[in-house]
Amino acid sequence: MTLALFVVLSAVLPGFVTLGNLFTLARNISILGILALGMAVVVIGRGIDLSQIATLACSSAIAVTLINSGWPPAAAIVFGLVLAIMIGVMNGYFVSVIEIPPLFTTLASGLLVLGLTRALVVPHYQVFLQPGHEFLLLLGGTVLGGVPVPLIAFAICALLLHLFLSRTVIGRFIYAHGDNAQAARMSGIATRPLTMIEYALSATIGYIGGIIMVGSTSLMHLQVVESTMIFDVILVVVLGGVSLVGGRGNVLSVIAGTLLIGVLLNAMTIMNLDIQTQDIIKGGVLLLAIILDSYIHPRDEETAKQGD
Amino acid sequence: MEPIVPFTLLLVVFVAFIVMIPGYTSIPQLQQLMRSFPEQGFVAMAMAVSILSGGLDLSVGAVFAMADFLTLYFLMVLEWPLPLTIVAVMGWGALIGAINGGLIAYAKTRPFLTTMVVLIILRAAYNKITGQYAVELAGASSDNAAWDYLGGGFLFGIPINMVCLLVVGIVAHFYLTRIRSGVHIMAVGSSRKAARHAGIDVKWSLFMAYVLSGMMASLAGILYAARQNSAGTDTGVGWEVNALAAAVLGGISLSGGRGTISRALMGAAIIFLLINGLVQLGTHGSLTTAIIGAILLAAVAFNVKFVKNKGKLLQKIYVTPSLVEFEPPASIARDSGTVFAENDRLKNAEAIALDKIEGPEDIILDEHDHLYTVNRNGSIIRFLAPDYEVREEFARIGGRPLGMALDRDKNILVCVAGMGVYGVKPDRTVFKVTDETNRTWYRFKDDSRLWLADDLDVAPDGKIYFSDATTRYDLSDWALDGFEGRGNGRIVCHDPATGKTSTVLSNLAFPNGVCVSHDGRSVLWVSTWLCRIYRYWIAGEKAGQLELLVDNLPGYPDNVNRASDGTYWLAFVGLRSPVYDLAMADPAFRTRMVKQIPPDEWMCPGINNGCVIKFDDTGRVLESWWDPGGRSHPTITSMREHKGYLYIGGLENNRIGRVKLPNGDVNWTGWKSYWSSNGQNNSGVAPSNVRPITTAKAKHVSGA
Repeated sequence: MTLALFVVLSAVLPGFVTLGNLFTLARNISILGILALGMAVVVIGRGIDLSQIATLACSSAIAVTLINSGWPPAAAIVFGLVLAIMIGVMNGYFVSVIEIPPLFTTLASGLLVLGLTRALVVPHYQVFLQPGHEFLLLLGGTVLGGVPVPLIAFAICALLLHLFLSRTVIGRFIYAHGDNAQAARMSGIATRPLTMIEYALSATIGYIGGIIMVGSTSLMHLQVVESTMIFDVILVVVLGGVSLVGGRGNVLSVIAGTLLIGVLLNAMTIMNLDIQTQDIIKGGVLLLAIILDSYIHPRDEETAKQGD
Repeated sequence: MEPIVPFTLLLVVFVAFIVMIPGYTSIPQLQQLMRSFPEQGFVAMAMAVSILSGGLDLSVGAVFAMADFLTLYFLMVLEWPLPLTIVAVMGWGALIGAINGGLIAYAKTRPFLTTMVVLIILRAAYNKITGQYAVELAGASSDNAAWDYLGGGFLFGIPINMVCLLVVGIVAHFYLTRIRSGVHIMAVGSSRKAARHAGIDVKWSLFMAYVLSGMMASLAGILYAARQNSAGTDTGVGWEVNALAAAVLGGISLSGGRGTISRALMGAAIIFLLINGLVQLGTHGSLTTAIIGAILLAAVAFNVKFVKNKGKLLQKIYVTPSLVEFEPPASIARDSGTVFAENDRLKNAEAIALDKIEGPEDIILDEHDHLYTVNRNGSIIRFLAPDYEVREEFARIGGRPLGMALDRDKNILVCVAGMGVYGVKPDRTVFKVTDETNRTWYRFKDDSRLWLADDLDVAPDGKIYFSDATTRYDLSDWALDGFEGRGNGRIVCHDPATGKTSTVLSNLAFPNGVCVSHDGRSVLWVSTWLCRIYRYWIAGEKAGQLELLVDNLPGYPDNVNRASDGTYWLAFVGLRSPVYDLAMADPAFRTRMVKQIPPDEWMCPGINNGCVIKFDDTGRVLESWWDPGGRSHPTITSMREHKGYLYIGGLENNRIGRVKLPNGDVNWTGWKSYWSSNGQNNSGVAPSNVRPITTAKAKHVSGA
């Protein structure tokens, strides 16, 4: 399907299939792909993480602020990572221990994180990385004659996550958890820590994406939280075939979804559509994807829980 | 969650700002507050309706913003008349609601994500359109008096949009609690599965919930347009989150079906006052965002935990004993010489249907002397005359049948616990008489269902009077009602002529046996926990009056039935004891008992030993019949006289007793006494010792 779209768009749009455009495309969607990998972990575990963008933006903004204030960069980046993991664990705690539906938990925690960061740490919407930290900017650069680093990062993340999900016990547990949480619990899986691990992973992988964003643009703009980026991420995941009912999908589906959305976004950019029109189209596509998903994986009316 | 929680929060927030902000309670300031609140109230209501249906509608903020723009555009740019504009904009809200509802109900998508995507699409469309028409809108104006009034008018000093909010809120409340389709929405919300099993059109109800939600949001947009006359880029941004926080804070459960409109509005008022107050105090906007996020998390957490543990909590606090003070009763000791003195008159009762019946709470005999009784499993069992050896299941109703009566057409009417009143025709067909009474209009809780229909009788005009013993407990834990001793029951009347059922007396302490007097002009009924017999007049000059006929009985009265000599039989299901009387006079003791020790350790009314007494129209007790030790007949709940014999039934017993009455009329039958022309004993004895009383109304603590 991606291929078909790709071919059609190549035929229709001038300048679509040039190498430069392809690399631009790759750079743009790599970050989206990385975030989608994180989201996929949670969605496979039958959850959803709406706070992912807020978490990554705030923790990387705080990391950048610390670098600017003279911390050793490595320490600052680790600090941001710890922060992101803590937010993830907090999400997991609310979802699993207090049993708040994930949608509400992450919606509220996103607001909370963003509000606190803006009020206490980042008074303006953006923090610029002060000059002198070129090694960070390398993350947004290219190697080997034009291959973008984000793409490599995406590939590494995808490979590692694939191995994690398919070759480790915890990875298999996440599938079991998403497939039937009740059964997973009954068969002795500690689902509460598992949930915390899922959300922490989503936040961690998101944070990696955030640092790469900083590397690409040398700033962290908190407005990204209020943009529709989180829906691009969900769109990638759902379109790729990671069903929202949990327990289905893998890294390959995320990659497929990433390509599909990447091509779509790129096409819309080349067509010079304004951002609102792009949002409307993306929304329409996501709506279709959700309808298709609920058609393919219908909820069992007799056992369905409400509030998701 | 009880409404008291959000209400207290609201007061706390309000008082806090009164303390912190000078001039907060001045009239203009209050009017300003009231003027700017309604739109958010409407959006919160829209959100509440969708949550109550078991879903969620995040598109309300965008629907609101778009409605704001459309109102201005239709009215000022296209210069449509105001009514047409309002209709069109409401139609817009309904359309988006229909899209949401269509996807959620019919395509079975998930409410949260679906409406969120709709929100994004609408928001993007709004930004695009407002950008395009900004110039035209800025240049347009409307000089419509009604429009101006809608934007800035007052009614009795209250801003007109606030009046709109209150009116719509009350209408919505009644819709969700009194109107069929609204109640269906609530039913679907509380349990989709149960609603579908009950035959409710789940999809249509869901669909309607979202349509209503969209319409309310667009109404908010109209009012906002009238007040502000602008459609800015930030109009309605984040309102859906505020509305969500408001609904949850008001105590509307996210699992659906629990909550009311008033709670949503209280929650909305809290959020509104908070944001408004924080702005006035000069708080950083982001901090406000964070506070809303924190409130949302805390409120949802509280709500989830509350709903989860509500059962445990209720179990602890549901039983609320009240004060019942007794005088010492007449003695029942064998040598006391009172009319209640224990004797052996039931000791040698012959046992009918021994071990062929489970719990014959009531018995009745027809003109052919066949004996009918109720069985624990929900059927009416018939034992054939003359020797009552042949047992057959006469009819199967279900539920737990209790008291019985024969009407003029020889149908057997039965009270069925948990179901209502049913009838069985002589050809064995079962029909429903009634399963609900009129709803008390001033009560928030729907009390129209019958909980524990207990005993009934038929008046000469065919009206059926029956007791609904308690409206707080099911048959399985009816004894808990005894620990309360509170006015939880009622006497209900069903008129077959009109098919209408209505409550005639309420707040009664376990009204149990019901019997129409021999002259057909009054209904005798007993209050089990108060150990009293009452007379309620239904004809003559005293019609509608209630009198206390006998007070301070030594046992707990159950069914009452006519005797052949113009008097009445009454069964004592249990006997009072001084120590339990003392417990009834100490509600705190009973409360501690129910809370702190397991049920099998509780002190209960003694219902393992009873007797049958006879009293007359003046309230004089004439004789008593005992089975000492309750070997054959404990828990006696009823007795019937028939052709010189007395038949005895009991709620927990395995047999029906029969004793020969020394001076019973051998031709007398119950049906003749009621329905044959010479059966009516119109002696017209005016009772002498009766005094009108008013029932002590126990204070009602309404449940959740």
